[in-house]
Amino acid sequence: MKMAAVCSPLRVCRGILKEIRSAKGSGYRLSPVYQYVLQQFRRNQVTGAQLCRAQMESLHAAVSYRCLLSSTRLHLRLHLQYHARGEHTPQQAAALVGLRMPNQPGGKGWET
Amino acid sequence: MLRNICRYHTQFGKAVWPFSFSHVKHVPSLLAQLQKAKYGSATTERKKFYETVSITQGEGGLFEINLDKRKLKTPSGKLFTVPNEALAIAVANEWDVQKDTLKFYTMHLTTLCNTALDNPTQRTKEQMISAALKFLETDTICYRVEEPPGLVELQTNEWDPVMNWIEQRYNVVIGSSASIMGPQISEETKETFHQHLNSFNFWSLTGLEFVINQLKSLVLSFALIDRHLNVEEAVLLSRLEEEYQIRSWGNVEWVHDYDMYELRARTAAGALFVHLSSEKTSVKKKILQD
Repeated sequence: MKMAAVCSPLRVCRGILKEIRSAKGSGYRLSPVYQYVLQQFRRNQVTGAQLCRAQMESLHAAVSYRCLLSSTRLHLRLHLQYHARGEHTPQQAAALVGLRMPNQPGGKGWET
Repeated sequence: MLRNICRYHTQFGKAVWPFSFSHVKHVPSLLAQLQKAKYGSATTERKKFYETVSITQGEGGLFEINLDKRKLKTPSGKLFTVPNEALAIAVANEWDVQKDTLKFYTMHLTTLCNTALDNPTQRTKEQMISAALKFLETDTICYRVEEPPGLVELQTNEWDPVMNWIEQRYNVVIGSSASIMGPQISEETKETFHQHLNSFNFWSLTGLEFVINQLKSLVLSFALIDRHLNVEEAVLLSRLEEEYQIRSWGNVEWVHDYDMYELRARTAAGALFVHLSSEKTSVKKKILQD
C-alpha cells in the first residue's frame, strides 16, 4: 500500500489532536471529537494479527480526517488572506491616490 | 421606501414591529423564516447563533446534532440524522469550530449529509451508477499527451501504476489513449464496475459521486476508496499537469495552493463520508493462548 511519509498511528493521532486544538482554541480537551479520537486510537491499539485489516482501514480513515482538518484550515486562511476583502470603501479608494473624502458638517441633503 | 421603514423599526426596537404589519408584505411563518435563515442565502452571512454543539442518539439508532437546545435540520426542513456515530461527531465538530459567522463552504461533511438526506435532484442509485460509468469514458488517467516529453514521462511514471493496479484488482481492461476520442471501454468492464458499484448503499454512492466529480477520475476515486492511495496522493495525481506547469513556471499561492487545499478538503470529506457510511464496527475479544 503506497502511503505517504507520516503514517504511524502515533503521528497521525498527534496530528489530528493538534488540528483540533488550533481549530477550537480553549476547551479543546472537552470537545466530543477529541475524546472520540483518543478512544478510537486506544481501541485499535491491541490486535492479535500482524497485519490487521481493520487497523489499516481505521488508520486510513484517520489520515483522511487529518487531511480534511488541515486542508480546511489552510484553505480558509488563504481565502481570508486573499479573497475576502471585498471592495474598497470610498475612503479607502480615495486614499489610494492620496485624497480624502469631503466632510460636510450638516450631512448630505438626503441623509436623515 | 420600504428600506427606510425597516431602518426606522430596527432603530426603535421590536416594540414597534407588531404594529406595522399592514405596511409590509406577507411575512412567512417564523419556522420557515428560521429555516431559511439558518443556512443563509448566497449573499448574506449567517451569524453564529449557538454556543454549544452536542450529539444525541434518537430513534432507530440514528444520531442527531444539537445546537444549544435546538436540533439541527437540513435545508429542506427534515431532521438531520446520521446513521454513524463517528460521522455525527465529525459534523458536530464542523459546527463547533465556526467563529462569529458561519462559513458553510468549510463544512463539507455537513453539505454531503444534507445532499444524502434531502436528495434535492431526486437521484436514484441507478442514475448515480450509470453517471459514474459514463465518467469512465472521460477519465483523467486515460487521457495522455504526446508532448512535452517531461509531462509524457510524468504521466507514464505516475499514472501507469494506478492503471495497472485497478486493472489487476478488478480484472478489467481500460487502457489509455492519446487521441481525442479517448479509450474504448468494453461492456465487460462496465458490467464489472456496475456490479461493484451496486454493492454501495445510497449514502456511500453520494459520497463516491462527489469524489469522482472532484478528482475528475473514476480510477483515482476507486484507488482512494479502496485505500490504495491516500488523499494527498490522489489529489496530486489528479492535478498532475498543473503540478508539472507549477514546477516549470512557479507557484502562485492564491490560485494554486488555494485550489489544491480546497480540492484536498473536499476529497478528504468525500472519502471519509464513503468510508464512514459503509462501515460496521464490532469488537471481537480473543483470549490469549499461551
